[in-house]
Formats: sequence, structure tokens, C-alpha cells
Amino acid sequence: MVVSTKMALEGAHASAQAMRQINPDVVAAYPITPQTAIVQTFSQYVADGEVDTEFIAVESEHAAMSACIGAAAAGGRVMTATAANGLALMWEELYIAASLRLPIVMSVVNRALSAPLNIHCDHSDSMGARDAGWIQLYSETGQEAYDNTIQAVRIAEHPDLLLPVMVMQDGFITGHAVELVEVADDASVKEFIGTYTPKYSLLDIDHPVTFGAWDLWDYYFEHKRQQTDAMSKAMKVIVDVGKEFGQVFGRTYGIFDAYAMDDAELAIIVLSSTAGTARTVIRELRKKGLKIGLLKLRVFRPFPAQELVAALKDVKAVAVLDRSISFGAMEGAGPLFLEVCAALFAAGATQKVVNYIYGLGGRDVLPEYIERVASDLQEIADTGKVKSLVNYLGLRE
Amino acid sequence: MVIKLKEQATKPERLAPGHRFCAGCAEPIIIRQILNAIDEPVVVGAATGCTEIATSMYPYTAWNVPWIHNAFENVSTTIAGAEAMYRVLVRRGKIPERNIRFIAIGGDGATYDIGLQWLSGALERGHRFIYVCLNNEAYMNTGIQRSSATPMGAHTTTSPAGTVIPGKVQWRKPLTEIIAAHRIPYVAQAAPSHWRDLMEKARKAAAADGPSFINVISDCNRGWRHGTETSIEVTRLAVETCYWPLFEVENGVWKLNYKPREKKPVEEWLKMQGRFQHLFQPQFKHVIAEIQARVDEEWESLLKKCEAE
Repeated sequence: MVVSTKMALEGAHASAQAMRQINPDVVAAYPITPQTAIVQTFSQYVADGEVDTEFIAVESEHAAMSACIGAAAAGGRVMTATAANGLALMWEELYIAASLRLPIVMSVVNRALSAPLNIHCDHSDSMGARDAGWIQLYSETGQEAYDNTIQAVRIAEHPDLLLPVMVMQDGFITGHAVELVEVADDASVKEFIGTYTPKYSLLDIDHPVTFGAWDLWDYYFEHKRQQTDAMSKAMKVIVDVGKEFGQVFGRTYGIFDAYAMDDAELAIIVLSSTAGTARTVIRELRKKGLKIGLLKLRVFRPFPAQELVAALKDVKAVAVLDRSISFGAMEGAGPLFLEVCAALFAAGATQKVVNYIYGLGGRDVLPEYIERVASDLQEIADTGKVKSLVNYLGLRE
Repeated sequence: MVIKLKEQATKPERLAPGHRFCAGCAEPIIIRQILNAIDEPVVVGAATGCTEIATSMYPYTAWNVPWIHNAFENVSTTIAGAEAMYRVLVRRGKIPERNIRFIAIGGDGATYDIGLQWLSGALERGHRFIYVCLNNEAYMNTGIQRSSATPMGAHTTTSPAGTVIPGKVQWRKPLTEIIAAHRIPYVAQAAPSHWRDLMEKARKAAAADGPSFINVISDCNRGWRHGTETSIEVTRLAVETCYWPLFEVENGVWKLNYKPREKKPVEEWLKMQGRFQHLFQPQFKHVIAEIQARVDEEWESLLKKCEAE
């Protein structure tokens, strides 16, 4: 029987609460705004004996992931947290963690990448890491950050996967905003995540294993094939764990959250906190009779192409909102848009698509921006024409 | 405990034969000397470099002990992560205490240059691990490029000897002293030519309750340009000329482990190696005098440090 307590928590503290309950074997982390709230809160848990984790306060984010890799290869549960430039500094190690098939769980509190230096939210950090081989879960609220962190442990350690998982939340907007979060009792979380028994461990001195071998043209390709195969199995695991989480804790998770999509002719796709603003606007527009719905994507890696195509099959026009730019991509589009386009094209779909870049460097997302998107979508559906493929919301030009 | 060669020879090999080190390379000799000296079970990490590629070519491995390679700069942090996991799993009763020793191996590029931050961080945090620098004084794995351990005057492919510039113009980084400044329990400098000294140092490092560091000069005949049969001879001469003194810093106490009966001129060591041959041309002869002067100065300074104790 789960006993939950409603707590007023900042998003980052919700993640730290989940980490406290997971009580990992090793946490190696480094402070960076706006993630610092996680690492310092967790340090206090260690200092107060609320966890008995081995906490390594490293000298950089690269070292954080380096230590996580050594610790995970030694056969235990490992977590860390970072943001922005810290994630960028880890880049080399992100690939190594995934390619060594180490089930590390990392909180990413999304923040813009330099330059210019900016500490506020956009998704350029985690989007920059989208091809590193990590599963990526995006959270709208502190509650989702908490729930996703707990589920991430189960997903990462699933024997079919053994893949690291990143759990995102929006810097400041979610990370520093106080919301009511239902925190389950420690025992229920402990039971849900279970224990982790590694297949191989550096510490198994009676059965020595070589990790991170040198691998040339004769095997590297097959190893990459195995890795992408594991990623292709991840969607089922994510859905199964999300269902089981719902049965235990009362909040079921899937690939995306569909709002007002049943009879929708127009759809908006978005990640994380902006879904809240979009939902509010859509609720009002629905009252006015506009047949518009929202798909809030939770899983970006692996990308749910088939599921999205199915969810969009009766829609005439789709707007994809991107909080980052893929510089040099088709018309400077965002990565989410490019993935959606690829999915629809490969499926032979004929919906009209349009992209909006928004909120870079923490720029506010106002309801009127979403209203503009809705009105553009209506025009596109009526005329069958997309005047401008990539657009900007709230930008001075 | 005295190290007896007969007993050592009967111990099982932790680094198996069949690896791909070059003929005459000092690295597998040093690794075997160190692993042989340590009686406890070991977990070994290696930085990207010669040791890594020569021992782990998939689907083969030369390692009869648990081994990990992560990247170039972070072997100290990788092995520190494993050590942290070991401590917590023992503390939580998930695995038995087996007295495991954690060893990180890096070349001079991985240690003096790209990995210095990671090493310094791991030392400051006090992880109980042994860091072994196999110092062959250049990036040999990528084809002999200069590092901050490369000696003054040496020809490398990125500090080439030309008509105007006599090879590397800078002096080497005093890394052993930099590590000693971290005030860790045990720091030493060693050479495979003085194997008993090296093996005793490995044992002291393994016994240290905290981080330890051994900087071992590691002859590379490909980069140093001499025959494959003279590796140990060249290394011995590095010690005899006081270019590479053998010393240790145990809990802050400096000790000279070997004083040559007769300090040989550094020129004798230089002339054995092709990488210094250009220095014997008339226009570059002054470099030899400068090297000698700096070797003398460092030697005197080391003697003072050791005598002061």
C-alpha cells in the first residue's frame, strides 16, 4: 500500500527526493546552475545519514561521468545530475557510458548552451546529446521529474536494455518553481525499483572481465548494431514500466500525453513545461470550437515515430515547437521538428507541418504565442499552404 | 618483506603473454614487475595509449585480472569510481571485503598533460588507488609527439629538430614533485632497470592507506631511437646520470633510494639515443651543456630535500 505525502517542492528538489529514495550506491556530481539544487540537496542527505550512498564530489562534469562509468562497471547503481555546459563537457563520456551499456541515471535540468553565457532554460544541451545513445525522458512538472527519475532506474537496468537514461526538466521554470509533488513512501519506491544484479562486474575478481576493449573494423560495427538494437527495445520497456508505475503509484506514463486529440484536426507537439501553457490555451480555443489538440512528448530517445504517426493520422496540420535550433539543418529547424518530419514522410503521411523555435535562453512563452500557432495552423489547414516552414515565437526582429 | 626472485617467478602472470607491445618495450616489463610485487587482488584501469591498445584488442585480452579502459584523460577518475563502488558495496554487505587494490595506469601524455586535472582531483579526494605513470616521454602511441614530459632537446614529430630549432626547447614538467605537493601518503620515482626498488615501491604504494603515485621511466626504443636490446641499459643510464633519480616521498618524508657511485655525464645517456643525435652538431652543442646544468641543479635540489629530512 503506497502512502503518499503532498510536499511543496521545487522541481530540482523533487528529483533529489527521488534520488534519496533510490539511495544509489554511488553518486558522482558537480554543481552547475540550475542543477546545483539537486547535488547540494543530495549532499545534505548524505551528511544527515538519510542515504548511505558513496558521494563523490568531483572536480568537473567530465570527471562526474568518468567516475560514474568506473562505478557502474564495478556493478552498482549509479546516478548523477548536470545541465548545459556541464552536459557538453561530458560529451565524450556520454557515448562511452552508453556504449559500455552501463545503466546510469542522470537528471538534466535543461539550460541554454554558451555562448553567450546564459543560465536559463532551453533544450540545446540535451538535444545536443540526442545521438549519444542515452534514453531521454522529458518532464513537464516536478511531479513528472520525480516519477520519471524513479522509472528511469527500472528502464536503465532492464536486462534487454542496459542503457543509461537522462531525465530532463526545464531549468528554473520547473527546476526552481515550487509545486505540490506527491512523494510516495520510501518503502514503496524501494520495492518498485528492486535490487540490481549486474551481469558483469569489475569487482568480481574470480571472473575477471575486460571492459572498454580496443575494437576495430572487424567487430566495432556489430557492437554498434547491438547497441541500436537495444535502443529499439527500449520503447516497450518504457511503456511497461510506465504502466506498472501507474498500477503502484496511480500515475500512468506512456510515450506521450495526448490532450484533446480525439477529434483534433490541428495538433501542437511540444516537450516539457511549455505543454502546460499550450494546454491552457487549447482549452480556451476548444471552447471557441477550434478542433485543436496537444501531444506532449515524454520520450524523445528512442524516438516514437510509429506511435506519433498513428496519433496524428486524422490531423490536417501539425505545429512542432522546438526549444533549440539544429544549426544548419533544413531552414534552421529544431531537432524535434526534423524527427517528426522524418517520421511522417517515411510513413507516407500528407499532413502539413510547421516549426516554431521558441524560448531560447529562457525567453518567456506567453499564451498569445500559442494562440498565434493555433491561428497559423487553422490557416494552413484551410489553404493547404505553409507560408513559412520555420518560425520564431516571441522574437524581436 | 624481502622480494625473492625465485618466489616471484612462480606467481601466476596477471598480464598474459601474447600481447602486442613492440619488441623491447619497457611497459609490459614494468607492469609485470608491479603486478607481481602486489600480493592482493587487483582491479586495473588503463588510459588510452600503448598499454591499452597492446593488451585489449577485441576479441582478445591479455588481462587475467579485471580491467577497464574508459578514455585518455580520466583513468584516475574511472578507477576512483570503481574504488568508491567497492567501498560502498562492502559497507552495505553486498560483497565481501577482499582487500582489492585499485591500479590506474597512464602514459606521460595521459598523466602529465591531458589527465592532470582528473589525477589531481582523485588525489585530493583521497581515493585509495595506485597511479602508475609509464613515462616514455612523448605521445608514442600516436607516433612520437612531444608531451610536457619530453626532455629538452629531444626530437619528436611535433618538436622536430630542424636547422634552426634543436628539438624540444622547454624543460620537462616536474610532475613527481607536483604530485608530492598533494601530500598523499606515498609518491615515488622508479625505473625498470632497478627492479627490486620498483617492486618494493609497488608494495609500499599498495600498503598506503590513501592515494599513491609511482612515476616510472619507460624506455620506448621506437621513439628514443635505439636498438630493441638496450631498453634496460638506456634506462639504467638515465638513473646513473641522475637524469632520472630514484626517490620516494613517504608521508611527506623525502628519501633518495639510490645514489650513483660515480655520477655519469648526461651526454653518455644522450648519445645512446637517436632522438638526441642532432645535439651533437656544432650549432646545438650548447643544449647539451644546458641539459647537464639543469640535471645538476635538479639533483642538488633533490639531495637537499632528502638530506633535510
